[in-house]
This record gives sequence, C-alpha cells and structure tokens, in this order.
Amino acid sequence: MSDLKKIKDEYLSKLKRQSNLSEINEIKSNLFGKNGLISSQFKKIGSIDENERKKFASDLNVIKDELQDLINFKINEIQNAEINKKLEKEKIDVTLPERTFVRGKIHPVSQTIDEISSIFSEIGFNVEEGPDVENEYNNFTALNTPDNHPARDMHDTFYLDEKKERLLRTHTSPVQIRTMLNAKPPFKIIAPGRTYRSDSDQTHAPMFHQVEGLHIDKDINMGHLKGCLNYFIKEFFEVKKIKMRFRPSHFPFTEPSAEVDIGYELKDGKIIIGEGDQWLEILGCGMVHPNVLKNVKVDPTKFQGYAFGIGIDRLAMLKYGINDLRAFFDCDYRWLNHFGFDPLDVPTNYRGLSR
Amino acid sequence: MKITFDWLKDYLGTNLKEEKLLEQLTNIGLEVEGVENLFDGLNLFKVAKIIKTEKHPNADRLKVCDVSLGKKEFKKVVCGADNARDGLITIYAPPGAIIPKTKTKLVIAKIRDVTSYGMLCSESELNLSDESEGIIELSSSKYEKNIGKSYFSKSNSNLIDLSITPNRPDCLGVRGIARDLAASGFGKLMNTKEKKIKSNLKQTLKVKINKENGQGCSVFGSCLITNVKNSESPKWLKDKLVSIGQKPISAIVDITNYVMLDINRPLHAYDADKIEKGIIVRNSKSGEKFTALDNKDYKLDNGMCVITDNKGVLGLGGIIGGTRSGTEFDTKNILLESAYFEPTSIRNTAKKLNIDTDAKFRFERGIDPLSIEDGLNKAALLIKEICGGEISKIDVQKIKNYKTKIIKFDPNLLKKISGFKISDKEMIKILEDLGFKSKKEKKYLKLTVPSWRPDIIQEIDVVEELVRISGYEKIKIIDPIKERTKSTLTQSQKLFHFLQRAIASKGYLETITWSFTDSNFNNYFKGANEEIKIVNPISSELGVLRNSIFSNLIMYINKNLDRGFKDLSIFEIGPIFTGYNPGQQSTVICGLSAGKKYRSSWIDKERNVDVFDVKRDVVQTLVEAGYNSENFFIDSETPNYYHPGKSGRLFLNKGKDKVVAYFGEIHPNILKSIDIKTESLVGFEILMDNLKLPKKTLNNQKISFNVSDFQKSERDFAFIVSKDIKAQDLINAVSSVDQNLISNIKVFDIYEGENIPENQKSIAISVTIQSSEKTLNDSDLENINNLIIKTVENKTGAKIRS
Repeated sequence: MSDLKKIKDEYLSKLKRQSNLSEINEIKSNLFGKNGLISSQFKKIGSIDENERKKFASDLNVIKDELQDLINFKINEIQNAEINKKLEKEKIDVTLPERTFVRGKIHPVSQTIDEISSIFSEIGFNVEEGPDVENEYNNFTALNTPDNHPARDMHDTFYLDEKKERLLRTHTSPVQIRTMLNAKPPFKIIAPGRTYRSDSDQTHAPMFHQVEGLHIDKDINMGHLKGCLNYFIKEFFEVKKIKMRFRPSHFPFTEPSAEVDIGYELKDGKIIIGEGDQWLEILGCGMVHPNVLKNVKVDPTKFQGYAFGIGIDRLAMLKYGINDLRAFFDCDYRWLNHFGFDPLDVPTNYRGLSR
Repeated sequence: MKITFDWLKDYLGTNLKEEKLLEQLTNIGLEVEGVENLFDGLNLFKVAKIIKTEKHPNADRLKVCDVSLGKKEFKKVVCGADNARDGLITIYAPPGAIIPKTKTKLVIAKIRDVTSYGMLCSESELNLSDESEGIIELSSSKYEKNIGKSYFSKSNSNLIDLSITPNRPDCLGVRGIARDLAASGFGKLMNTKEKKIKSNLKQTLKVKINKENGQGCSVFGSCLITNVKNSESPKWLKDKLVSIGQKPISAIVDITNYVMLDINRPLHAYDADKIEKGIIVRNSKSGEKFTALDNKDYKLDNGMCVITDNKGVLGLGGIIGGTRSGTEFDTKNILLESAYFEPTSIRNTAKKLNIDTDAKFRFERGIDPLSIEDGLNKAALLIKEICGGEISKIDVQKIKNYKTKIIKFDPNLLKKISGFKISDKEMIKILEDLGFKSKKEKKYLKLTVPSWRPDIIQEIDVVEELVRISGYEKIKIIDPIKERTKSTLTQSQKLFHFLQRAIASKGYLETITWSFTDSNFNNYFKGANEEIKIVNPISSELGVLRNSIFSNLIMYINKNLDRGFKDLSIFEIGPIFTGYNPGQQSTVICGLSAGKKYRSSWIDKERNVDVFDVKRDVVQTLVEAGYNSENFFIDSETPNYYHPGKSGRLFLNKGKDKVVAYFGEIHPNILKSIDIKTESLVGFEILMDNLKLPKKTLNNQKISFNVSDFQKSERDFAFIVSKDIKAQDLINAVSSVDQNLISNIKVFDIYEGENIPENQKSIAISVTIQSSEKTLNDSDLENINNLIIKTVENKTGAKIRS
C-alpha cells in the first residue's frame, strides 16, 4: 500500500518538474516498461492475499491511470510547444499574390440559347436542329415562298451554286419543314441555330442566330401563340409583367402573320423591359400557312398551329445590355471576358436563368 | 411607300388626329417606319424683293444685293446668280435656315470682305426642281403682296413612311391605304366619282399584243392626246409630289407619277410622233438593244416583254421606257399607256437586267388588272386640263380576260384560327368595306375578291383580313400548360452542351466566329476536304465555308495577340463543312491555346503551353463526358496542319473505329506564314459526330459501387526500351497482366542519354497492385512483379533496368 503511494508521489512530482521529452519517455518506460515499477506491481496481484487483492488492484489501477494521464499530458504539452516554436519561424507574407487561375467563359449567345431552351422545355417543347447549308426547296419553296416571290428579296441569300439550288439558310424555318417531313403531328419544337444573310453593317451581321418555334396540333390557335410568347418573354426577361403588342405583318409561310413588339423604357441609358411607352420589335410569328402544311403532308383541315422566329443575338443584347451586334463575332478577349458567363452558370428553371 | 395625311384626306373623311392615324396604320399592318416633317424650318424661307444690286467690290462675278422683306426690313446678301437684278422677287433664306438640298445650315458669312446675311435660293437648292441656273424668279403680280411672308404655304402635314409588305400592292397607292383605314373604322372612304373621257376621236396608233409563249403583257390600254403643251406642273401638283419627297419634272411626267402614287396605277407616256407606225408588244429577241430612261444601254435576252415599233424596242413593258420615245417639254402628241404586265415576267426580266424601278416594284407585286381605264381617264383628263390638247377614245387590246376570284368562306374558320369570334354582320361589313362582295350561301359566305387584291386566294387569306381589321388585341391569351411529354434534348444535344461547358471550365473562352472564312486561311487547315465556295460572298475574305474552325480561331487569336494579350485560350463549338450539300457538315469543338501556361512569378517557374496541356483538356473533357480513359488509344497520325512530331489523335478504344480528337502543336510553317508571334501555339479538335454516345447512361454507370479495402502496394519499374516504343504500349502491356490486380499505372520518368544505349530510352513506371479479395502477401507480389517484367519484356522488347 505505502509502496504504491510512494511510487505515485515520487513520480508525480518527477513528472511535474520534467519538460524534456526523452526524460519523460524514460520515466514512462521506468513505470510501464516490461519490468517497470507499475508493471511489476501488476504482476504481484496474483500473490496478494485474497482479502486485500481487490482493493490493491483497484488502487493500482487508479495510480496507473493518474500517472499515465500525466505522462500523456506532458508529452502533448511538449509537442505542442515544439510545434508552436517551429510555427514562429514559418510566418509567410500572405499578401503575396496567389497562383493565377484562368477562367473560361461561355459566349452570351450560347448562354442565351440555353436560357431559351430551358424556358421552352417547361412548356413541353423539344429541341430540333437542321443543317446550315440548305436546299432552295426547304428554305423557300416549301415555306410557300416560290421562286419569283417578291418576299425572296427580303432575304439577301448566300448561294453555293450558280443555279441557286444550295444556299446558307436565311432563317431557321427550314427546320420546320425537316421536322414535319420526318414525323407525324403533333409537333412542338424549337430550333435554335445559325442563320445567314448577305448583309453587313452596324446592325446586321452576315451570320446571326435565330430560334424557330413550331407547335402543330388539332386546335392550336392564335390565343395559344399569344400565350406562349407572353410566357416566354416574361420568363426570358425575368420580369413579372410585360407589355406586348401584336402587329399584323406578312410572312409567306404564316397566315395570319404578326410582328411582336415589347414595351420598354430607357432609364440612364439602360433598357428596362416591361415599362414605358416605347416599342421594340423582337420577333415574327403567325399561324402556319395551310400551303406549308400541305407541302409537308400534314392535313391542314385536321391540324393547325403556330410558328415563330426570334433573333437570339438581339435578345441577348437586350437582356445583357450589349449594344454592338458585330462584337458578338469579333472574339475580342476583353469582350468575351466581360460578357461571357461562367461555365458553372447553367441556366435552369429552379435556380433561375441568371444570377 | 410615302404618304401624307393631307393626301389621304383626298379619299378619307376624318377629323381624327395624325397621332391616331400613325397608331392605326401600324395596327392594321401598314407599319409606320418613320415620320418626317419636310416643312420643318421651311417657314424661314421668305418671299423677298431685290431693291438694289451692286457689283461686289472684290469679285467680278458676285453681286451685293439689298433685299427687302417688307415692313422696312432690309438685308444685305451676296449673290452669284446672273439673274439677280433690281426688282426681282425671289426667295430669301436667313442665317439659321437649313438648305433642303445640301442640308447645310446658313451662317452670317464674310464673302470676300463683304458680310452676307443669308442667301437667295435657286429651285434646286430648295428641292423644287433640278433647275440650278440662277435664283428663283417669282411672278411679281402674284407675289408682290407676299413679300416678307413665308414662301412655303404648306400645312404641317408630315411625310409618313410606310413599310408595305409584299402581299399588299393595293396599298402602294394612297387610295388603297385610305380604304384599309376606313374598313378598320378610321374615317370614312369618300365616294370619289372619277370622270371619264368623253371623246369621238379614234386612237389612231395601232397596238398589237403578240400571242406568244410567255407573253408578259395581257392587256394594253392606251389613248392619244394631241396638241398638248407640256409645261411645269401647277403648284397643287408640285406641292403634292414635294410633300412626299418627290421632285417635280414636267406636267406630263408629274401627272403619270401622281396617278401611280394616288391609285397605284403605273402609266407610261410616249411621244407619239416618235413611234414608227404602231406598237407591237412582243417577246424580245436575244441581242436586241435599247437605251432606257436611266440613260443606260440594255442588251436583252430572249423572251423579255418589250414594247416595240417598226424600228425596234421602245421600252421594257412595266419596267422602264426608252429615251427614243420619251416625252420632253416640246412634246406635242402623247400616247398614254396603261397595261397589265404579269408579275413573274416582270420579275424575271428585272432580275436578269438588274433594274429596279417604281413601276417594276408595283407590277411584280400585282397591279389591279381592272384599273386600266381608270388610270387613262384620270391621267388624260389631267393632262388636258394642264397641258391642253385633245384626247382620243381609249383603245384596249387584250389577250386574256380577267377572271373574278370567288372564295367559299366558312365563317367558323375565324374562331378556329384566331380564337375569337365576331358576328357574321360585322364580318360582312369588314369584307365589304375592303371591297369584297359577299353573299350568304347556307353556312358559307360566297365572296367575290376585289380585283386589286392578288394576295387573296383561299379561305385563310380571308381570315387574315378579318383578324387584321378587327385588331390583333382581340386575340385572348391562352396560357401554356406546363407539361413535358418528350425530353427536351436528345443524347447528342446533351453531349454538345456538356462538352461546351466542360471545355470552358478548363480555361477556354468560348467564341463564335463566322461559318465562312478566308480561303487563304482555310487552305492551311482544309486537309483532304474540298473548298466550298460561296457564289456571292460578302467580301473575298469571307469567300468559302470553313473546312476547319482553326482558320477563324487562328485569325482571331492573332488579333488578340496584336492587342497585347500573350496567354490566351479560346474555343468554338460549331459546324465545319465537307461538301456543298445539306448535311455535309459536322460539329467540332476546336480550341487554341497560345503563349505560356505560367509566366515567371515569385512562386512559379514559367513554362509554355504544350501538347500535354491540350491533351489533358481533351482527355479530361472526354472522361467528364463519361468515356473511359483506360480504353483510349492514341497514336501520332494527324492532319498536316499539326506539328508532325508533336501531335496526336485519340480513339475511344483500341479498335480504332473513328478518330474522336486531334491535339498538338500547330505546324510551325503555318505560324510563319500567318506571322503569329507567340511563344507556343497548341490546339485541339474534338470531332463530336464521331463520339459514340456512351451505351450506359451515367445513371447506369453509377449503379454498382465496387471498391477494395485490402492493402495496396506500389512497385516501381524502370524499363529500357527501343525509342520507338510508346509509353502507351508499355502501359497496355502492364495492364494486360491482370486487370483485376493492377489498379493504376503511372509514368514517373522518361530518360535518354548517359548510361542508356543509343536509340533506347528508359521509362520508369509505378504500378499500384491491389486485390479485391485479399491482402496480397509477399509471394503474391513477387509473382506479379515477375509477371509484369516478363510480359513487358515479351511484348515490347524492353529490358528491366537493374
């Protein structure tokens, strides 16, 4: 009993005074090594009188724990002190510049196409595509614009042959033709893509982007057309209310046809959509002409519906305050960095189209 | 089409304001493109009288005039006109006035030391005519009392510029526009009874339309007006033309123009004395020539519709007249033509000869075939009134009769298409106001289409009229249903969008460049493709469709380098073209990286971008897209625009079915030719159309999650191999040993030189070995080690380096 107490008192005070790691390790082995003081006390347990054995074992365990805890505490304390001492010397200037990170960006037109697709996806449109090089039939004739139709003058067309049979599509409308020829109604598609007109000045580029929309079913009327576009414009510009005006117009492939204006206002040089009394033309649309349906073997007495064509670049310009169309295609590093979008910003419905 | 509200009022009874008019025009589809006040500022131009002229002290040809503006107001004006003289009444423009012809603003100016306060004007300066010789001379009897007053008495009716869609030729005349407005409830169409020619004189010039294939003229109406005295037009007529921005020329020309603008009836006036015998309307013969009123000589093809006489071509019917038979101020006898020309014939001819005239524009859209006599009556009577003379009876030659169009219209169609309804009564009112005749036949309306509406052929055209005139605001919004029955994107469209963002996330800026390019640049990158020329390019630098995206990217990266940027990465995803036909195109993601990966800085050493940067971007992108890089196979056969030794191509698997990507340095010769100054230029192309869509969706790939928790071991090997053995061969050899045990192989050193025999190299790899079933013991590992060495030595001829 007194043996134990003696060991305890002696080593506790030894440990308390000690601050050298190797000394402490030595004490540790003196106590708990194979023949250490504490270890040998444990070996004694078997030989102790049965009456005292229980108490002896219990006391021994308490002492063992106490010593061990102190040893661990000491070791920890010393190690921490060592680390802290080392850290003192490891101070660096964290205001030095970080390593460079090169960010890529998504072009505003691509971002806008994703936004448009996301909006139309919600109301059941799927995305169709068509080739950039088209034949004269799909681009014009099938769309009720026969040769010698003055409406052809409205499209300054790039041709690939002297006979004018192959051309760069002047609009995305030929995708309507391809889609309808390849399947059976109903159709509910959008078709974004590149379009071309031999026109080049401040506000026209020889290549631009359009998105075509087509919805053909049994009872689709102009009310649906208005509803669809009203929904789209609100969602796209992320505003609660818009002012929208349908103006009668003429496209050979739709009848009745309309051009759609949205109301806007200029505030501090920025366009605010949905307010004010200025009008801005943003798209053309109409009910698909029965001749077009006949051309793609859809019975116009059974099926009808609408189509629209929207200039994507123009939408992007309006939404993101870009004022020069030519800059879209000029690849200026600064412009791309400024107007481009982080690739992580995927437009989705639940997170919102834009941040 | 340019109009004024005042002119409209010739046909339209209304008290409404111009503001309302503009709104209504747009509402019925006659889009107002612009409104201009031609008379803005013209009130500054005053009638003035020259009191005294003196020779300019310092210039022989100039005069200094004292000009009276009445009420004792005098101005000193320096004038160079010969006809400036004492007592002349003319037009004075004060400083601040803007001269209509030149759009310049007058200022007080010193002309050779004499101060001139304003200017005296010629007719041409005021856009009144082409007369620029001398200043305007106003008759003193008429204008004496107006001195000091504004010369232009015109009201402030604005010039309204309308964009008329090609289906509405009837609205290329003021009367047609008035009719549309009235039908829509804007004012009332006035019933203008046009007077008719009353004459006993015969039209003595014989007219004949040849009946031949493709004859472009079906009706030719004419009358003779003899003993006229062509002159200037009276003020009302001049004012009318000036009010819409046209220049008066002579009474006869002005009258034909006026009738055309007023009722969209193009006419042509011939000097009858210059016509040899009679008129024959026929197809032209190849090689025939004539000089047109635009003073150009035209050489004709076969089959163009020409108006001829015995001596040859007088003019191109419905397009342009010839100089030989043109009217002039001394013309005595006139043959007035009012004809119907077929739109297709007009269009073909005009296109071939590249002529655009007002008449052509109208005839190709379709002129009212029943307006022939109206036009002759109106114009001939005006000519007689202004120029005097005798009018003959009207002669009409025709080879085809106009057939009235009848449409059986189901009134329910309006609701079916537009979603809204109007009463039958309203419907009939609208249609009749537009000139239709209607008759109820059971549930249908039997409609007779007015002759001036070539655009109305079938029921849907009638619906359009009804919706347009009722107003588009009647269409009620039907909100879309949020329902999706088909997935929005196909697998390959999803892949497109994924790859686009995957590449951008690796530091590349997305660009969009033209689908066409400079053939010089294209030649560098077209590989084995044929050049695809555009017949009518916007410029020779954009003359061909691109065979590769590189041509444009390299051009633009160069521009950015010129802007002073050194380290750039850009990419584009889009089409390249392989042929002239639709579908001969494929989608490529093409990227370029220039300059350095790192510039030397306090923390990093500098290093150029290199092949392994682009290779990483390509491989990592494909891995992210769901392709297993363990199956990738790479070799070094690449198109000639890559550096032959520092480029590679990638297949999704060893079966080498289709190349899915190229990567490497751009060929140094190209950099030299284009003169690009950069430390390094590397690029890649991912051929999207060659990427087989992964058979398993990402969902399927994720279903089984198998990992091993047994201990792994890493063993290093160094092999000495022949130089032409590729790392890939070695790695493949190792992994073939036991796919279940070898979980990773890393190349950690490549060495050539000292201690290595010539033409050989050392490749050091580290192999991770792990079993999914047990912890491998020493002898297991030893076995695998030996197997690896044996296999590699057998398959590649390598020797383990001891």
